[in-house]
Parts: sequence; C-alpha cells; structure tokens
Amino acid sequence: MFSVKNLVKTYPTGQHALKGCSVDIDKAQIVSIFGPSGAGKSTFIRCINRLVEPTSGEVYLDGMEITGLKGRELHKARRQMGMIFQEYNLIERLTVMENVLSGRLGYVGFLQAMFRRFPQEYVNEAFDLLERVGLKGYHNQRADALSGGQRQRVGIVRALIQHPKILLVDEPTSGLDPKTAMIIMQLIADLAKEKGIPAIVNIHDVALGQQYADRIIGLTEGEVVFDGPPSKVTAETLTQIYGEEDWSKTIRKVEDEED
Amino acid sequence: MTAVQENIWKRFSRKESLERYSIEFIVLLLFIWATRSVDIYWPFVADAPHQAVDLVKRMLPPNVSFIKDIVPAMIETINIATLSTIFALILSFPIAVLNARNTTPHPVVQAIARVIVVTSRSVNELVWGLIFVVFFGPGAVAGIAALTMRSLGFMAKLVSESIEEIDHGQVEAIRATGANGGKVFLFGVLPQIMPTIMGTTIFRWDINIRQSSVIGLVGAGGIGILLTSSMNLFKWQNVSMILISIFVVVLAGEYVSATVRKKLI
Repeated sequence: MFSVKNLVKTYPTGQHALKGCSVDIDKAQIVSIFGPSGAGKSTFIRCINRLVEPTSGEVYLDGMEITGLKGRELHKARRQMGMIFQEYNLIERLTVMENVLSGRLGYVGFLQAMFRRFPQEYVNEAFDLLERVGLKGYHNQRADALSGGQRQRVGIVRALIQHPKILLVDEPTSGLDPKTAMIIMQLIADLAKEKGIPAIVNIHDVALGQQYADRIIGLTEGEVVFDGPPSKVTAETLTQIYGEEDWSKTIRKVEDEED
Repeated sequence: MTAVQENIWKRFSRKESLERYSIEFIVLLLFIWATRSVDIYWPFVADAPHQAVDLVKRMLPPNVSFIKDIVPAMIETINIATLSTIFALILSFPIAVLNARNTTPHPVVQAIARVIVVTSRSVNELVWGLIFVVFFGPGAVAGIAALTMRSLGFMAKLVSESIEEIDHGQVEAIRATGANGGKVFLFGVLPQIMPTIMGTTIFRWDINIRQSSVIGLVGAGGIGILLTSSMNLFKWQNVSMILISIFVVVLAGEYVSATVRKKLI
C-alpha cells in the first residue's frame, strides 16, 4: 500500500535530517511518529510528498514510485496525498469554502480556480465534509475569523476532499488546548478509518499519540529506533527515542483501557 | 565601615563622544562650504518679503469666474491620475512578481525587473513628462505616460516586497494539494498580497493627483498647463484661483483615498 525505502535527506547546510529511513504500511492504520525536535519527523513527512526534495531513497504509493516524478506527474501524485499542518496553513484571507475547495485545485483549470467555478459535485462534497467535522454554516466565514480548533477542522476537510490514499499529518495539535487536541486527533483517526486510508502523524504529545495510534514509530537523529504497537512502548522505549528522563508518569497504562 | 561605592555612569565612552563631536564638526564645515559655494545675491534675499507681499496683493481677490476654465482642466487632471494609476497597476504586477526573490523564475530576470524598477523611480515625473511630450506631443497622453512610468516602479517595488514577506506555510499547503505553479500563485500568494496591492494603488492614485497638477508645467496636460499660461500672462488672480482649486482637489483626493483604504483593509 505504502512504503518508504532507505529515505535519506541531507540539507545543503550539511545537516543529515534523515539517514536511511524505511517504513512499510500495508493496511489502513494510524501511525504515530515520535521523536525529539529536530529528529527529522517533519522532513520525513515532507519528503513523501516532495515538499522537501529527498537526497535519495524511494517512496511507493500503491505501486507508484514518487521520488523520481517530475512536473505534471508529481502534481498528480500529490493529489493522492492529503496533508494536515501544524499551523493549519489555511489561506487566512479566503473563506472556509475556498479553503476547502483549494484541496481540489489539482483537478480544475487555472481560470476555473481564478473565478472560483468549482464543479457542483465538489461543492456538495465540501458541504457534506464541513457538516461531518461540525462546521455546518461556516462556509462563508473567513479563515482568520476561526478559532484554532475550527481552523484545523478546515485543514482536515481540505485534505480529505482530495480523496487521498494516505494522510500526512504534521503536529496537528501543537497549538491547541488539551481537549481540542483530543477532539482533533479523534476526528483524524475516525475519518482515516472511515475512508480506509492510512495516516502518518507526527506528534509531540506521547499520551495522545499512543491513544489514537495503531502503531508507533520512533525517530531519533534521522533513524528509525522503534517500530511497534502502542502497547509495546515502555519507559525504555521513550528513553531510546528522547533520551534519559523519568517516563513512568508519561506512559499511558494499557490496563486502564481494558477496564 | 564600608566605603560608599559610587556607580559612575556615562552614556558614551570617551572614544564614542570624540566620534560624535567630529561628526558634528564635519556637518558644520559642510554647511559653511555649501553656503559659500552657492551663489547667493543677498539684496534679492533681503527684498523677498517685499516681493511676496506684492505678489499676494496682485493675487487678491482670486478670479472666481475663472472656475469655468479650471473645471474642465481639473477633470482632465484627475483623469490623468486615474488612468496612469490603472496602467501602472497592470504593468507593475508582472514586474513585481519577477522582481520578488521567491517568485522570480531566474536571477537574471530578477535583475532585469530590478533595473526597470530603479529606472522608473530614479527619473522624476517632470523629466518623464519632458520625454513623453517629445514622443506624443503636448497634452494628456504625455501626462498619462509620464505618471505611468513613474508609478510603475513605485508600485512594483512595494508589491514585490510584500511577495517576499508572505507566509510560506500557506504556499506549502497549496503545493501539497497537487496544484501547479499558476494555481499555487492564485491561492497561496495572491490572497496574501491583495491588501498591499489595493493599498498601494490607492496611495499611488493619491500621489498622482498631486503630480498630475504639476506635469502640465512641461506641457503634459491637466491644470498645470493653465497654471503656466496664466503665470506667463501675469494673470495673478487666475493663478490664485487655480492654486485654491488644486488645494481643494488634493485635499479631496486624500480624503477619498483614506476612506477607501480604511474600508478595504
């Protein structure tokens, strides 16, 4: 379904962000990526849709190799990958509806985009998805008038309307309060399951990442140091990923869930 | 018994104050040299207040009936300002895009765009006016061309600076959807620079109203032509009426631009 082979990224500054990462995702699962700041999480996710150009390695999505694509072929490949961002990255001065429909820009012509003449079926779907995430009636609001949680919902809808085969999610909750963060993670997890697609989620909040993930990958200094189910994440694992610390209070007790 | 420790504080060190005094001394020397090298005929300077009073006497009262000649020329002045602002907006936009570090296709293209911007800005509108009066003959067309040339660089510079300051995250989000370059610009860049484009255009229109009232001095149309001809004929009461009209129109222009800008942004 999705596979990353030996991905390497060395920035022009000489910084080795990724030192040969390999990850296979063969079913629709939520994969949380843990790792300290600067471990290469953000680079990893951006090398997949080539917002950052990988130095070497291969990325396969449904059998299609992505790192070698150019121009139009690359744009077509990007259409199949929905991305959700840390700072939402909505177009602040445009309306919620324009932001949502921007997810379909890969499918409309320049003039259609310029005059906002999107096909009716896209508009219908946009309304449905906005209702699904609890933003019914917000379509004519400007993005900069929304709260953080509402903006991220728009971000989620913008990614989903692409009909992606995979969701790339970069720190979706970092600017949100704990309750909103949980709601947003729940929404991403639910929608990925509904659509039957995998999601790769970079996340700083260990408890939150564990709670919603089917699988955890630990990334440290550009290398995968852990890959396994959330229940296997122990204090030792976190020490391995983040370094020495008292992790006993951070670990979510698996037994609690089974009560 | 402990001795009282005084905390001595001086704003500048000895070296810093020395530097400051020498700079002040150099400025003083420049002032003396400049006044001596410029040819000043002191009797004329002394006579100036008397001349001013004399001129004001000849200007009063303003010739109100001259309004019937002023109005058509004033309308032409405003139209020159409006048309040149619109043309400058259209022409400056692609130059701004090519001039911005993050949207230029190539450093060479950027250098060419920069040359256009600098040329446009370094030549005064009256000089542009003189040049275009040769091309098009005296009249409004030369005025429009002159103000367009001057506004072009001004607007391109401000807009390209705002392109360089956009939030890159929004661009990244649109690229991630699979949109090509044109559509990334349309959604990722354009909405972010729209306030600057509108603000700059209105501001430039405001400036152009003022400029178009003087470019007539070199024959490039508008109220300035009426002003020079009245001055050449020593019709000082007409001149004062024209000056009052220019004052009123510029004030009105400033009011309109301030109001529109407040509404838009």
